[in-house]
Amino acid sequence: MTTERKIRVLIAKPGLDSHDRGAKIVARALRDAGMEVIYTGLRQTPEQIVETALQEDVDVIGLSILSGAHTTLFPKIMEFLKNKGMDTVLVFAGGIIPQEDVPALKKIGIKEIFGPGTSTSVLVKFVQENTRKKIATGC
Amino acid sequence: MDQIEQLVQSVLQGNRRSIAKTITLIENNEPEAQKIVSMLYPETGKTHVIGVTGPTGSGKSTLIEKLIRELRKRGKTVGVVAVDPTSPFTGGAFLGDRVRMQEHSTDEGVFIRSMANRNAPGGLAKATKDVIRVLDASGKDIVIVETVGAGQSEVEIVKVAHTIIVVLAPGLGDDIQAIKAGIMEIGDIFAVNKADRQNANKAISDIQAMLEMDTEKTGWKPSVLKTTALTGEGITELLAIIEEHKEYLKMGALEANRKENVETELAEAIKQKIAESIIEDLKRKGEWEKLTQKILTRETDPYSAADMLLKKAKRN
Repeated sequence: MTTERKIRVLIAKPGLDSHDRGAKIVARALRDAGMEVIYTGLRQTPEQIVETALQEDVDVIGLSILSGAHTTLFPKIMEFLKNKGMDTVLVFAGGIIPQEDVPALKKIGIKEIFGPGTSTSVLVKFVQENTRKKIATGC
Repeated sequence: MDQIEQLVQSVLQGNRRSIAKTITLIENNEPEAQKIVSMLYPETGKTHVIGVTGPTGSGKSTLIEKLIRELRKRGKTVGVVAVDPTSPFTGGAFLGDRVRMQEHSTDEGVFIRSMANRNAPGGLAKATKDVIRVLDASGKDIVIVETVGAGQSEVEIVKVAHTIIVVLAPGLGDDIQAIKAGIMEIGDIFAVNKADRQNANKAISDIQAMLEMDTEKTGWKPSVLKTTALTGEGITELLAIIEEHKEYLKMGALEANRKENVETELAEAIKQKIAESIIEDLKRKGEWEKLTQKILTRETDPYSAADMLLKKAKRN
């Protein structure tokens, strides 16, 4: 039997918003690119998201947010990930995030922020390129 | 202590990160996987495995969420393995079962893992059995396994679960559906979920009638009950029947089932290991290609070729 590695991605919806069309489109695109995509559902706390990422042992977390609470919730998520020794997990975000907030979010370790209108192929390529080494070596 | 031993020790102590990492190694069939499973094996066999199967949308995940809640109230720790299908076209998967269970995601006494079936037939992934073992060895009192939405023939769950709940919903089919072979034959408990809907009683009586036809069956008589997972109705009754079934198994059926499962697993392991080693050997010696050619030109056929190889192997 041969080793079979898959990119595992958690798509998470932190905080209080109730629209997840975007998150589902992203999940679907990554699924169609051959990844195993876990979805948290709506209204997740940072603790829930990090704990889910831990149990599912994902390589990637995609955060989708429309509520404007990203400056409060994202730093918490990044902090919890660090505390659990999971800072090698690739984190990206999308949704309604003003351009002026982007530098601060990148500074805390969010690798990329994708705004509305991003093509899913850009996203798929981003995830594939940033996980290639990890998937090849298995760590 | 080497890395693998450390990891195994940490799993036995219930460390969540180690459990998750170990599951990944096993799921991906990494070179360490077999050693890990054999190290965990002596520590397994303590948990009660509940299989939850049934058609897509019948409410399996929601029912499991309510079972977790009730089991936690009773102080039991719970592991969940939720299997969803892999696309046969792209190899990707969307794992959405835990959406219904997220309330328990931060509970230290609960560990939920989603698995893609990676195109294995039968409703489970190839590695599901060993993933159950990891959760078992980590000390979970109960492990609940959710199969992919199972229509008719996805019955692999019988090989891994002690108690099987088939979750159905009203309006999915009439008594003709109930009489068909497959998942209707494997339930220890039939939960007619969404019982607040019309025709729940009709579904109950269809299933009961089907079960009554089974006059040959001795031992456990499958139970049929109504549940409404969304409101939690019927959950305590369901757990009571699970307990009853567990007690029933202790009177001998458990050991018999276990022996049967071990025999199947041993036979499968032998087939796989021996076949693999023979094929690898043939490929290394370049004989694989020759044999293939002979079969292609109809000089021989696959069965005779295999017979010939077996004779040769026995001589060595």
